[in-house]
Amino acid sequence: MRYAAQRLAQAVPVFFATTFLIYAMVFALPGDPILALAGDKPVPEQVLDVMRARYHLDEPLLVQYGLYMLGVFRGDLGETFTGQPVSELLQDRWAVTAQLAVTAWVFELVVGVGLGVLAGLRRGGIADTAVLAGTTFVIAVPVFVVGYTAQIVLGLNLGLFPTAGTEEGWPGSYLLPGMVLGSFGLAYVARLTRTSLVENLRADYIRTATAKGLTRRRVVGLHALRNSLIPVVTYLGVDFGNLMAGAVVTEGIFNLPGIGQQVFQSIQLQEGPVVVGVVTLLVMIFILANLAVDLLYGVLDPRIRRARA
Amino acid sequence: MLARDAWLELRGRAVFWFSAAVLVVALAMAAFPGLFTRLGPNEACDLSLSKHGPDDGALFGYDLQGCDYWSQVVHGTRASIVVGVAVTVFALLISIVLGLIGGYYGGLADAVISRVTDVFFGIPFVLGATVVLVAFPDHGIWAMTLVLVLLGWTTMTRIMRGQVIAVKEMDFVAAARMLGASDRRLMFRHILPNSIAPVIVVAMLNVGNVIAGEATLDYLGVGLQYPDVSWGLQLNIAQTFFADHPHLLVFPALFLTATVLSFLMLGDVVRDALDPRLR
Repeated sequence: MRYAAQRLAQAVPVFFATTFLIYAMVFALPGDPILALAGDKPVPEQVLDVMRARYHLDEPLLVQYGLYMLGVFRGDLGETFTGQPVSELLQDRWAVTAQLAVTAWVFELVVGVGLGVLAGLRRGGIADTAVLAGTTFVIAVPVFVVGYTAQIVLGLNLGLFPTAGTEEGWPGSYLLPGMVLGSFGLAYVARLTRTSLVENLRADYIRTATAKGLTRRRVVGLHALRNSLIPVVTYLGVDFGNLMAGAVVTEGIFNLPGIGQQVFQSIQLQEGPVVVGVVTLLVMIFILANLAVDLLYGVLDPRIRRARA
Repeated sequence: MLARDAWLELRGRAVFWFSAAVLVVALAMAAFPGLFTRLGPNEACDLSLSKHGPDDGALFGYDLQGCDYWSQVVHGTRASIVVGVAVTVFALLISIVLGLIGGYYGGLADAVISRVTDVFFGIPFVLGATVVLVAFPDHGIWAMTLVLVLLGWTTMTRIMRGQVIAVKEMDFVAAARMLGASDRRLMFRHILPNSIAPVIVVAMLNVGNVIAGEATLDYLGVGLQYPDVSWGLQLNIAQTFFADHPHLLVFPALFLTATVLSFLMLGDVVRDALDPRLR
């Protein structure tokens, strides 16, 4: 319990510092968004002042940030410069990105751990060599190249998956994008599982368990695998945030109307409120996922709990 | 001793020689593109040849502007290699300094460094980089490097700090301290050489990841801009046309993948060589 409180106490300042950094980066962008809104027409000074006051652009940066954060905790992400609430703009888009990220995450978890175990049980065997070579290759090919190739070959030429859009809903439309998005993480999960399992299978406690006469299945499944999955859990936790944020590229390729596409457009249009809103929420998810992993870590490995408490 | 053992182990690995060979070629292309092609970047282009596939005259065909694709792809090497290596070197220096200070002194310095690392670790890579790059539209290769360093020093710093904490408790450090060695001597002569191996391995893997990251930003249209030549930019243009003109995608993707793959494989074999537990 003390361990949990300590971790929470560390996460809170990190959250505020990260979101402030993003806020400062976005609103320190050169160019006046209110002037940009007006286009070429001259704008009366009073109108500018009213608009600036409305978005607190005339306050010092720290005050702006404070006011913004107060709003966020009341569920108000602010308005775009054209007056649309940011939360409304993002409502439908969140669902798309969340479905995409979850699909990718499950794919990483199931296939990644599966391949890792397959490779780790027979180190140096055919399966091991194939998994090692395959995963290195997947890590090396940039995700957008994987995306296009999959879209053309599996989607267009073979017709196995829809090529773009979300008409088929979940899971149909999300399978191929999910696999593309998750391919990088999958390779990492498989390699981590393999390395960790190989190391654990040599440990003394495994020899003891085998000597006690336990079946191979029980030795591997209960003893070795449980300890081997600790680094994998860490990675999977951190990666969920990465998947949400990394969806920009995948959503672009497969034309999925998620937050990634939205935020990318907003950055280029200098729509600060949208960018900050999305990134703030992403950072929140990221930090919460990290926190959850740290706590789960304590449950999985009592040594960590006792050492730090 | 460790380095000698590692070299003996590396010498017998085919993967090591293969990736080293690819990297030597890539480095040569980056440093002296003139050895591989007579044409300069964006030189002698003929719009009437736009998107023509490979034929007798041009091994790789022509790009959208009708430039010889082989020479364009060769010239694209420099951006990737420079960014990948420069970012990693700077990030490595930062992580060595911060890791040594935080890990060795502990206390307040360590707490501050660790929390700052957490803050930067939490910024999503693509979005964070996009925000900064869009704010400064006229960025060149060094601005890209700066942004990627800013977002990429955290992992190595964490590993370095962990290593320093583990090594500073060892007997030989205590012995050196009792012989009267100063903090600086302890850190640089005793702890650093014994804690740096895993960080070097991660740095090698990192070069590959940075190259892929730089290409991703180019591809999204927020990285380098024409008239710069890079694999990411070529892939950006290829996305519109590659269904009918696959050579536009295949060649830069091939070069990019081979380079990234070589850095990753090199990192992997060096790790295996340095870590006797996995032998």
